[in-house]
Amino acid sequence: MAKITFPVEASHIMMFARSIGDTNPVYHDAAAAKDTEVGGIVAPPTFAQAVAQFDPDYHLRPKPGEKWFGSAKGPSGIEGRPASSGGLHAEQHFEYHRPLRPGDVLTAETKPGKTWEKESKRAGKLTFRERITEYRDQKGELVVTARGVGVTTERPVDQG
Amino acid sequence: MALKASALKVGDTHSECVVENLSRTQIVQYAGASGDYNPLHSDEVYTTQVAGYPSVFAHGMLTMGLTGKMLTNYVGDGRLTKFGVRFTNQVWPGDTLTAKATVADIRDEGGQKLVDLTVSTVNQDGKEVVSGSATARLDP
Repeated sequence: MAKITFPVEASHIMMFARSIGDTNPVYHDAAAAKDTEVGGIVAPPTFAQAVAQFDPDYHLRPKPGEKWFGSAKGPSGIEGRPASSGGLHAEQHFEYHRPLRPGDVLTAETKPGKTWEKESKRAGKLTFRERITEYRDQKGELVVTARGVGVTTERPVDQG
Repeated sequence: MALKASALKVGDTHSECVVENLSRTQIVQYAGASGDYNPLHSDEVYTTQVAGYPSVFAHGMLTMGLTGKMLTNYVGDGRLTKFGVRFTNQVWPGDTLTAKATVADIRDEGGQKLVDLTVSTVNQDGKEVVSGSATARLDP
């Protein structure tokens, strides 16, 4: 998979922190952040996942001129698409070497990990796929390692 | 403020209500900030009529982000060295989530004090939605 360049920006950190309801000034107030232990604005621990914004081919973002599977005039923009529960996120793990800061320019490289299957009462056959992403900074140093596990279910997860 | 190893013991807990009555709008906010526009999280028509779920539901990563807020409030900014979770149940609009960290171990690694935490987030019915662990640097 191609390497993705991920510039870390203060306004993006602010918006991300808002979306998780985190009012900690270290995510939006440079003056207040300066007086903290980290000495300036840092990103919240799950921010690395916003690398999706910088992936030109990210499949969960509508793109001009391409059909989108969400609803528009009809319940799905892709006619005849079989009903599917789609993929779900099963696990996510981060290892941090240092916090991300505005001005960092990260390079993210994702490699496939293990694949395994499991039978579940609530959703039928489950197929798990692991992906490992290394985020390196402008000096080439590893700053975050992320391991995500996605699961494709045979049918929607039973809520009973 | 960072935690001190000398003031912690195994079994200590910290918990916070990290979202009350989760709104669809907050889920949309997370989609915009993270870049994950999967219609399962914002498109009620698609999610109910095509995907077969009772309503849209939160991104797992929104629940992990909410859980992370409890962790950074507890251990301090920039102190986490590891944070990992499994998403054990879906989170729905209207849910109220409480995230809890429990001290599992306090140890020394190359002169650095570390705390291992077990992490659990539950909804208003006590059903676990996130189960995981985290490690953070401590002051002596």
